[in-house]
Amino acid sequence: MIRIANGQGFWGDWLEAPVRLVEQGPIDYLTLDYLAEVTMSILQKQKQKDAALGYARDFPPLMARLAGWMRARNIKVVANAGGVNPLACAREVRRLAPELKVAVVLGDDISDRIDGLLASGHSLRNLDTGEPLAAVRGRVLSANVYLGAFPLAQALATGADVVISGRCADAALALAPMIHRFGWSETDWDALAGGVVAGHIIECGAQATGGNCQADWQGIPDLANIGYPIVEAEPDGSSVITKHEGTGGRVSLASVKEQLVYEIGDPRAYVTPDVVADFTSIRLADAGADRVRVTGAHGSPRPATLKVSLNYFAGWKAIGTLVYCWPQALEKARAADRIVRERLAQLGLDFDAIETEYFGVNACHGPAARPASDPPEVQLRIGVRGADRGAVERFTRELVPLVLSGPPGATGYGEGRPQVREVVAYWPALIPREEIEPRVEVVE
Amino acid sequence: MRFPLARIAHCRSGDKGDVANIGVIACDERHYPILVREVTAERVKGFFGDRVKGRVERFELPNVGALNFVMHEALGGGGTVSLRVDAQGKTLGAALLRLEIEADEHELGD
Repeated sequence: MIRIANGQGFWGDWLEAPVRLVEQGPIDYLTLDYLAEVTMSILQKQKQKDAALGYARDFPPLMARLAGWMRARNIKVVANAGGVNPLACAREVRRLAPELKVAVVLGDDISDRIDGLLASGHSLRNLDTGEPLAAVRGRVLSANVYLGAFPLAQALATGADVVISGRCADAALALAPMIHRFGWSETDWDALAGGVVAGHIIECGAQATGGNCQADWQGIPDLANIGYPIVEAEPDGSSVITKHEGTGGRVSLASVKEQLVYEIGDPRAYVTPDVVADFTSIRLADAGADRVRVTGAHGSPRPATLKVSLNYFAGWKAIGTLVYCWPQALEKARAADRIVRERLAQLGLDFDAIETEYFGVNACHGPAARPASDPPEVQLRIGVRGADRGAVERFTRELVPLVLSGPPGATGYGEGRPQVREVVAYWPALIPREEIEPRVEVVE
Repeated sequence: MRFPLARIAHCRSGDKGDVANIGVIACDERHYPILVREVTAERVKGFFGDRVKGRVERFELPNVGALNFVMHEALGGGGTVSLRVDAQGKTLGAALLRLEIEADEHELGD
């Protein structure tokens, strides 16, 4: 059995979580998942400004903080902290923690190869819309293939203390140590599926251990000291999901089920680069306090294609708010919205989208919200998006004047004009597996 | 009798681009058949009205007593494109808890 913990569900997650995982109990591997869909484009921009950046900057100082514990307890780290610049990330880790051996996995970044791929007949069609990439080619900011767990396992086999990748499948971070330690082959479909299920359950950190858990949320103890998830993985692909003793939160059938169904499509075919896992094949069982056993995963052969995550520039947006007070708070906010829209129309401004939401009334749930009756206050929130930066700039000047020239009782404009922000959109596509050659480098 | 979904189920929701998904989980696995019968893709589509522009698909996970709803064009463009406060559909699962469903006393067994 090996213990694999995940201490980061996204870049920006709780900084203390990985430290506590290392300090508060036994683990063999620590995984850290930093990359959301749009993170790559943010990192790409940072790299364009400074060739030494483009990775999760929290990561190297964290390694320096943990290096002593890692060496003393033989804990290995697997992280996609490399972003669009895994080598720079690795060099910074080596600089801050020279005692750690670091290996990187490369080959996910295909941003320099797009024209060649298009020329050789790969249209990189949008998986959701079917559009060929040519429609936005000139605006592409980043392009990365989701790599699987085998190159990560190969990096662990170099004896590295720290394995850094760029884009890889989230569940691959936890699957890699299992492949490395249990010697699973690329056709051990059921074992790989078991590893993927376990990896999926822990990939969002504390969402498996009682965080963001709807079931009995008020009964879940000590969220301030929530324990992040740990997989006790077995060579046959089964596992136990748990957390360190004495930590807050709760691992229960309810908390694990909520994470099992999180951000999935067809549960019979959870597609990863390494295996297609059938989430309807598994059995969950209560295995004691804060322990849930996962068994019976069935896997089928990996797909012939890999998923590509592209990001492209898609215009500008701004979102502004104003607060209206009782009486008739909602009516006032609605009237203000009509006035803003009329003034924008009079200016002849063209937007791809204008969207209005009323905080305190329907912002979260839209038409599914319980009808509000006479709320004490309502926040009006108007957003616009369009290709013309000037039009979006002009919109940002149309909200504050309402304080004097609109319905009575407006406040909450202290933050000033809304900011104009660049819109970076996500473009998922597929590419034949044989086009991609992951490789491992040890960084001295 | 009629009651809100919250009485027998809990939910978690999230995003993939402009697609939102809601996992609906029976608190007691014996109540899963009620979810299968009552919480259809059509009802979920109707419940969210014009918030969900595309189709709603339903998948079944009888092994854990859960349903998964995949809702297309549900997030106003999704991710960074959307102008909504809940651009990633994090709160849609909680919204669905208000869905009124129907079951007999003996089915509930409590």
